[in-house]
Formats: sequence, structure tokens, C-alpha cells
Amino acid sequence: MTDLFMGPPDERGRFGDFGGRFVPEALMSACLELDEAYRDARVDETFARSLERELSLFAGRPTPVTPLERLSRRLDLRVFAKREDLAHTGSHKINNVLGQALLAQRMGKHRVIAETGAGQHGVATATAAARLGLACTVFMGEVDTKRQELNVFRMELLGATVVPVTSGSRTLKDAVNEALREWVTCVADTHYCIGSVMGPHPFPWMVREFQSVIGREAAHQLRELGVETPDVVVACVGGGSNAAGVFAGFAEGTSRLVGVEAAGGSAVGVGSPGVLHGMRSLLIQDEFGQIEEAESISAGLDYPGIGPEHAYLAARGRAEYVTAHDDEVIAALQVLSEDEGIIPALETAHAVAWLLREAGRSIAPGSTVLLNLSGRGDKDVAQVRALIRGES
Amino acid sequence: MTSLETALRRVRASGRTALVPYVMAGVTSDWTRLVEAAVHAGADAVEIGLPFSDPIMDGVVIQEAALRSLAAGTTLDSVCAELATLDVDAPLVAMTYYNVIHHYGVERAAHAFAHSSLRGAIIPDLPPEEAAPWERACAQNDVATVYLVAPSSPPARVARLAHATQGFAYAAARMAVTGSASDLGDARRVVNALRSVSDIPVYVGIGITTPDHAREAAQFADGVIVGSALMSLVLDGAGTTRVESFVRDFRRALDSTSTP
Repeated sequence: MTDLFMGPPDERGRFGDFGGRFVPEALMSACLELDEAYRDARVDETFARSLERELSLFAGRPTPVTPLERLSRRLDLRVFAKREDLAHTGSHKINNVLGQALLAQRMGKHRVIAETGAGQHGVATATAAARLGLACTVFMGEVDTKRQELNVFRMELLGATVVPVTSGSRTLKDAVNEALREWVTCVADTHYCIGSVMGPHPFPWMVREFQSVIGREAAHQLRELGVETPDVVVACVGGGSNAAGVFAGFAEGTSRLVGVEAAGGSAVGVGSPGVLHGMRSLLIQDEFGQIEEAESISAGLDYPGIGPEHAYLAARGRAEYVTAHDDEVIAALQVLSEDEGIIPALETAHAVAWLLREAGRSIAPGSTVLLNLSGRGDKDVAQVRALIRGES
Repeated sequence: MTSLETALRRVRASGRTALVPYVMAGVTSDWTRLVEAAVHAGADAVEIGLPFSDPIMDGVVIQEAALRSLAAGTTLDSVCAELATLDVDAPLVAMTYYNVIHHYGVERAAHAFAHSSLRGAIIPDLPPEEAAPWERACAQNDVATVYLVAPSSPPARVARLAHATQGFAYAAARMAVTGSASDLGDARRVVNALRSVSDIPVYVGIGITTPDHAREAAQFADGVIVGSALMSLVLDGAGTTRVESFVRDFRRALDSTSTP
């Protein structure tokens, strides 16, 4: 392979035709300041040491790679799970927020704001803010504050203020809008801690780099288990941060990279190029360029776009993006729970669902698969119970 | 020079402070009558909002106006078609978000604007760094690309934006979205920064909600933009008569300070 995938974007923050920095002038200086601060921090050993220290002593890294033995037998595959569900706060989100919170501190900002869908990123941001003594405000669509009531309370316990967003579709996309509107008013002392590989440059690149610890660790851990190159690496995709993080460890090799979107929120499947939230990427939009609402049982995948680097990987054919339906997802969550003793997040269950569907079809028997187990399902248990009992 | 800039420089040369009200296209079925009423009451140009589902620089009033307009089925084509029926003696300037233009196609959009009397466009999420294709399309169609300058813009960016903007420079009075502030904030500083690098007309927006604000801004700026305060009335049911008297109050306030 001659192409170098998952390197830095170009100077304008582009991955091919995707990415860029489409922000109002009021946010431009903050984006440029962040770009400079991040470029400076990423080559600073002191910063690297602080981040490594937080990741290991606070967040519990490295997370293990677990051979999923019963599932492997069921599917006639060799399935390994990268256990991001075991990271502090229960998902990969902590990797990114610790990086950004340390960076905020380094830039002299004493407050962070964040958007959240399922609440995982909000909880992670509130956690990192508490740990580092930063003030924290989280914007969450009103619909999601109801779907994920316990996560709202969790954030409040951690000292954060949660603002229910009542504009637009009242879900993740509107939470991002509201966070951007808030950021305009407070850029001087506040960092916007974006939760995925999206937004204006340098966010998509920076968040992928903070999440790439997943792929780096997993590649090393698989080698220790005797797997040089997995045949398949699969992860769920909303904005795409856990997928970007795990892909980063394997993009230069020959592994088949698969991102699984919610069938009702498939930016690659049904989207087209557009500009939203500071980036040019693939978006779900109508024939007039109005953004449409994504729909899924998992609040974390309810985003009508995808990170620009994923749009690029899709365009270049380096990664493929597929979908899973809500009913397959519930079934997959039950299989993983019963076979392996791991209750995955609904988001993560999308990746499991694809695996269950494709084993023996597009995945040849005996293949080695790395599943990025991006988050644990505790937050979804009440919703899943209702779905299984047919109550919603 | 774009025809928008020629017209607006002429307004300034006449000793008049320009008044630019904002009307969201499609907010009511008779929205073009509101535009006419505004011009009749003394507007020198009118900003025409083209609705977008995710307006990140707009506060609740313009958001609501956009939602109503979209619910009524407003599109770029429908706005251009309705504007073509309008005969007003003031330049019109579109205000929208880049995805609407990007999706329609930059060349087609610039062409459509030019054929419906839209002589400029304000696209707050399209900074000059990303605007090359749009600027080219606009140049071919005599559509002015208007840029905002923020209180946070450092001197080098002010110079760059002053150079890139056409028609006028939009000086944001505050670090805020539209409709969320009600005072002149940092307007004087932003205007002075622009003046030190350019002689293009400078208009103040974001925070102008009363004739008193307008009168104060007229002491240092070439024009004022009044958006959410007017749209708020329209959302509450104001018709042409009320819009006309609202705009006339601003006109009188500005004229009471202008030096011929």
C-alpha cells in the first residue's frame, strides 16, 4: 500500500476533500489558538507524560484485549475485544477528554463546555473537569436528557451544569449547535471539548490522535496474543471517535476496517457532501441542504454526519461503512451479554450486530477479528429492558 | 467594485447613516410585503435571510423564524422566485449558511442571487480561507461577499477581512449570537480597527435593538443592521404597518444624528 492513511491533515485541516474550518469569525481566533497550542503540546514531552500519567493512574489504561471465546466458537471466528468499556467512566470517551482538559489547562482556560448525546462524553468531560479542577457545562438535547436521565444526574454529581437543549430536534446535533453558540460568548476563558472526530480543524485530527491510544495498545496486545495483523477491525460509528482511534493502529496494514453506523443515521450510506459544525463531510440532508434528523435507539449514534477523516477513508476505499438495524442491535446486545458476560453499550452493540450478521458471509470462517468494545451498557439497561419487553 | 459597494458608498457620501433591517424570507406568506414596507420606511438595504436548519450564529428569534420558514417550504429557489416579483429601490443582501449554497452549487447560487436582485451575501460560517470557489462565483455575477469582523479578531485578521469584504464590512458589536445582546458592546473598537485599515463602509450589527442604539452607533459607524428586534415583532404577528413604523423610528433616530 503506497498511501499513508491516518497521518496529519493538510495545513487547512483537510483529509482529501473533507474537513477544513468553516467557523464564524468569532470562533476563528479560538480555533487558531487551539491549533497552535495542540501542535506545541503534541511534541512536548512534559505534556505527553502528564497525559500518560492520567490515562494510566486515573483512567485505568491500558485496557485489556479479551479473547471472546464462546462468541468465537459460535461464529467460527477468532474474536478479540478491545475493552474500552473498562476505561474509567465506562467508555473510550475518557481518552479524548483527558487530553483536551489538560490542553485547556495548558492554554490557561478554566472552564470546559461539551455536547453530549448518550451522555457518555458529557460524563467523561465532567469527570476530567472534576479531576483537573475546571468548571464544566454540558449541553444535552432535551430528548436525550430524558432517555439518559441517570447520566444527567451523574454529571451533576460530578459538579457539572447540564443544560437541556430545546432547539431543533433536541438531540445531539442541536446540542452541538448550542455548545457552539455558547462558545462564541466565552472563547477567552473556555475550551470547547468536542466529543468526537468532528468539528472544525484541528478537532477531527486532535481527537483522533487522543483516541489513537486504543489502536496502538490493541496492535501491541494482539501481537502478544500471537496475532500479527487482524483480518478485520470493526467499531461502531456516530461521529466516529472510537473507530478512528482503533483504525489508527491498523490503517497502515492490510486489515479490513469496518465502521458500523445506525441504519437510521448512516451518513456514509445515505449522506452527501455538505458543511456542518465547522467541517465539510458527509451529512444526512434533504434535497435543499437542510440537515435531517438521525434516528436510532442509541443516542450516541444520533448524529447526521460523520467525522471528515471517515468520509475520506470511505471515499478512498480504505475503510468500509455499513449499518445495523435497531432489532439486530438488541439481539446482539443479548448475545454478547449471555455468551461473554459483557453488557455492551447500545452503540457498541451495532458493531457486534454486524459481526453476527457477516460471520461466515463476508467474514471467512477462521478469520481474526478485533472488535472495539467502545463502551459498557449500564447506561442503557432500563431502555433495553423496555425494548425487550416491548414497552417502547 | 461591486454594484452593492457603489450603492452603499453613495449612501455614505450623501451624509446618511445606512439602515439595514433583516427579514427572514418565508417567515410569513407576505414576507416580501414586509421587505417593501421596510424600504418604504427608509431602509437603505435589506438583509434577506435564507433559512437553514442549523443556524449556529443565530439566537432564538432568528432560529424560530428559520423554523417557521422551513416548515412553510421555503427554498433558495422559492426565495429567488418571490424576490423577482419585488420592485424595491434598495439593494438586497442574502444572509444564510454555507451548506445551503454548497448544496445548491456555488456557481448556480451566485447566478440565482444575481437574477433576483440579491447583490451581496453574508455567510457567517464561510471564512475567507474556505471561500475561494464562492468568491470566484460571486465575482462573475456581481454578488458582493460580505464578511463579519468580531471583537476577538486580531489586527492581522481585521486587515485580511477588510480586504476580502465587499459592499460593506459587518462589525459584530459583541461576542454573541444574534438577538442575545442589547447594547453596543465593543462596536466602536471593532469599527475603529476596520477604519484604520480600510475605507469600506462599516455597519454595526448584533446588539442593535432600539433607535437609541442606532443613534449612538451612527456617531462612529456608517450603518446599522437590525435583525432579531424586527423579526421578534414579526413572529408576534406584526404586519406591514407595524414593520413600517418600527423601521421609521430607526430612520428618524439615524437622521437626527447624520451630518449632511
